[in-house]
Amino acid sequence: MSLGQRVSSDHQLARLLQIGVVLEEVVESRAAHHLESLPPEKREAVDEEVRELLVEAAEESADHRERLEALIADLDAETVAYEEINALVDAQYGPPEDTDGVLYDQLCNEETAYKFYDDLIDAIEASDAEYALDRDRLLETLSEIREEEKEGVEEVTEIMEHRA
Amino acid sequence: MNTADQYLKAIYLAQRMEDGPASTGTLADILEVSPASVNEMIGKLEERGLVDHEKYKGASLTDEGLERAHDALQTYCIIERFLTNVLEVEEFRAEARTLESVIDDTVADRLDTIIDRPEECPDCFDPERDCCERLEVCGPAN
Repeated sequence: MSLGQRVSSDHQLARLLQIGVVLEEVVESRAAHHLESLPPEKREAVDEEVRELLVEAAEESADHRERLEALIADLDAETVAYEEINALVDAQYGPPEDTDGVLYDQLCNEETAYKFYDDLIDAIEASDAEYALDRDRLLETLSEIREEEKEGVEEVTEIMEHRA
Repeated sequence: MNTADQYLKAIYLAQRMEDGPASTGTLADILEVSPASVNEMIGKLEERGLVDHEKYKGASLTDEGLERAHDALQTYCIIERFLTNVLEVEEFRAEARTLESVIDDTVADRLDTIIDRPEECPDCFDPERDCCERLEVCGPAN
């Protein structure tokens, strides 16, 4: 067992970045599933704001995934293909009851991603290990993604508040 | 998972293995720390009402401690199952141990949306084999 939050090797770092990629793939896939899960008449009723939010969330996750994949490639590791994660989401997916449920799930996605990057940054900063990739570039990329997740949380919260 | 939760999980597993209070030595072995560190943490967990400690016998979880240990073990099970089923990691036990301190339970909950976990989790966790007995890769019981 390893007590204390710290990333002490390339292998552990690569594994955590792989988990980040999977989390992004889950967000991307669930956003797509939410839109598809609604029957056509309800799909019409989902207002433009929520539809845009889901489309943007999927695009942003794809972008985050690519940035993480570039880091992982420098560590000589591989990632799980989106199609595989999409199939796993599909197998376990239960659609939310209504638009509020969709928004709540989206909020969980953004909050979880924020927490993940926040913990990962702390754990990297707590370690003095030297990685095969540039530490500054690593922390800069992760901090940018964390910031975008924070904005995502604020955006969903704002929509939820003015719908209440 | 924070350090306190890792201790609570270790006490839970040690209690199951020893069928009684968890001894300091067993906890030090599981957690790979010194007996002095174990005793210090047990004292803190006792102050927080999560553990009862009896001299020369060992530590036992209170109801509140048991609930938290259950949640922590569930998070650990999610990490192990995710590593083996999604990332196909052979050394999933060793890797789960290095990752558990960095993976928060909210993150584990999201990973849980893509894995197929038994309803009785974490009761099907085998402390001796350090994995869920329902996982194929866990191997046969001794």
